[in-house]
Amino acid sequence: MSALSPARRRAGSSSSGIRRGEAAAGWLFTAPVLIILGVFLLVPVLMALWVSFSDWTGRGSPFSSNVGFVGLDNYAAVTTGGGLAERDFGTALRNNAWYVLLVVPLQTALSLFLAVLVNRAILRGRGFFRTAFYFPSVTSSVAITVLWLFLFSSSGAINEVLSWLGVNGPNWFSDPSGVVHNLLGAVGVTSGPAFLTGNTLLGVSWWDWLAGPSVAMSAFILMAVFTTSGTFMLLFIAGLQNIGGDVQEAAMMDGANGWQRFWRVTLPQLKPVLFTVLTLGLIGTWQVFDQIYTGTQGGPGKTTLTPAYLSYSSAFLSQQWGQGAAIAFVLFVIIVALTILQRFVLRDRPVSRRRIRQYEVPAQKGAKR
Amino acid sequence: MTATASPQTTVLAEQRVDGPVKPAKHRLSRKALGWQIGLYALLIVLALIYIYPFLVQVATSFKTDAAAAADPISLAPQPFTWAAYERLFLNSDFPVWFGNSVVVTVFVTAGRVFFNSLAGYALARLQFRGRGIVFAGLIAVMAVPTVVLLIPKFLVINQLGIYDSYAGMILPLLVDAAGVFIMKNFFESIPPSVEEQARIDGAGTFRIFWSVVLPMARPALITIVILSFQGSWNELSHFVISTQSPELTTLTKGVASLASGQLSQGSQFPLKLAAAAIMTIPVAVVFFIFQRRIMNASEGAVKE
Repeated sequence: MSALSPARRRAGSSSSGIRRGEAAAGWLFTAPVLIILGVFLLVPVLMALWVSFSDWTGRGSPFSSNVGFVGLDNYAAVTTGGGLAERDFGTALRNNAWYVLLVVPLQTALSLFLAVLVNRAILRGRGFFRTAFYFPSVTSSVAITVLWLFLFSSSGAINEVLSWLGVNGPNWFSDPSGVVHNLLGAVGVTSGPAFLTGNTLLGVSWWDWLAGPSVAMSAFILMAVFTTSGTFMLLFIAGLQNIGGDVQEAAMMDGANGWQRFWRVTLPQLKPVLFTVLTLGLIGTWQVFDQIYTGTQGGPGKTTLTPAYLSYSSAFLSQQWGQGAAIAFVLFVIIVALTILQRFVLRDRPVSRRRIRQYEVPAQKGAKR
Repeated sequence: MTATASPQTTVLAEQRVDGPVKPAKHRLSRKALGWQIGLYALLIVLALIYIYPFLVQVATSFKTDAAAAADPISLAPQPFTWAAYERLFLNSDFPVWFGNSVVVTVFVTAGRVFFNSLAGYALARLQFRGRGIVFAGLIAVMAVPTVVLLIPKFLVINQLGIYDSYAGMILPLLVDAAGVFIMKNFFESIPPSVEEQARIDGAGTFRIFWSVVLPMARPALITIVILSFQGSWNELSHFVISTQSPELTTLTKGVASLASGQLSQGSQFPLKLAAAAIMTIPVAVVFFIFQRRIMNASEGAVKE
């Protein structure tokens, strides 16, 4: 094949023989995709990059002569300004960081758990269970948010169930208090030590960074786990089905029990899928917009504000276009940086000697028997 | 019949008599049975948690406002009322929203099926200078998070003068890099011999694509249809930034405004849940029709 391809390419470009006109056709066929992606993706990004360095207020064209270049002012305003813009951005990052920190591990663990349950060899109604778990992933985030607002309203279904258990449920979407702060409050800690309350990062005190997701945000966290676990379950099921049964059998012969087989045999083989799920999860959870737009618009007390929504509201609602664009680019950098970091952490490493020894010991015992 | 059947039953009986002689095996199977029951109980509870909210949603849409607040968890509306649906279809913009969603979804789905497969075919089969660069560009595009593009997309739509028009709503969604990727992978998986034959017979490239290759690509095309249908029907953020007039509001945008209370006094949960339920029906129908393929499609996506 590889020996053939240069010859083919030459034939294609010399416009003779059976493959004549192929180069033209190639460009023609890809042209619609290239033009639309170019006009609505590449050009916009460049325009927004300009806007993030300008003082455009949303009136007229951002390229007209009365729009000025302000350098890094917009980036400075949201990261070091000391004003409301910086505090809002810090709050949004705090909210979303807690969201990511809780949603990604929970959805990964739950979807893996569901996949293992549903993927058993002997299971009646497998199709039904798979459908049931996947269905929430099909529906739109707007419809799910509306449903969630009802389920988690003060007199909603969730609080009704909690009351059966003797728990007085919170008024979920109107409760701005942080979950970690509430837990600390339950053991009598109501205000943080001076070194936490005295120092700030992005206009938010360290103590407030540690507040945890607000009760309102926790409802969104549960919603994200509910809606995404089905999709990722399918990915895990596919991964599980690609694993050959022979390795499992070999492990069984060596006397590994079900638990050991899962952790030492199945999970290492699922690593590529795990990697995909974590990457998709990480990218998705930093882009929380629809739920906030539909449900809370950042409230209560700005505790469900996310960078994506803040970027939208700064530009479209407050007419701070430069700052909105700057937030979008900072968010982009965060997502790219975290994806690269995660790639680095989960990279394939040679098996350490300690690991090898761990695997050898039980095998030798088995051989002696 | 009876003569041949009886020896078998005696064999079975003997085996059953053998049973208690090996107690270890017997206990194991009882333990396995316990596990099995536990597993099913767990699965049923989990399935209930995943499905019950949707049942509550449908049930509540037939309740009165007072009943929805008083008994948020029952599945039997007392009293039963169509009021929410009547109000949605007769006294609100809901039919307009629905119509806009249909228009956008039809155009976007058709556009993606055609343009994605065209580009996917070119990238898989046609030899042309710059193919590698085009492909690398597509991969790069897929890596850009959509939420980051809200302001940029508005800027260019505004600049082109198609803000607040169907063109502005549809054109930017008309192709997607992921779809091109799926089609390219599919075309690479089918043998080129049929096309070679057509080429020898003198068919042009587009002719080969249209009448030879595309009919073979049905499974992949259905995947594209499902993905773009779901994607455009459920799309919110793009319509938030590309339109403002009420006549161009889509279901997602309209229901979102309903949820944030722009149309209503009080909570009016039956009305909102009815709107959300109707909005879910088309994607649910597509899901149940193509269920098997949806499950397989995502399986195929991982194998790469």
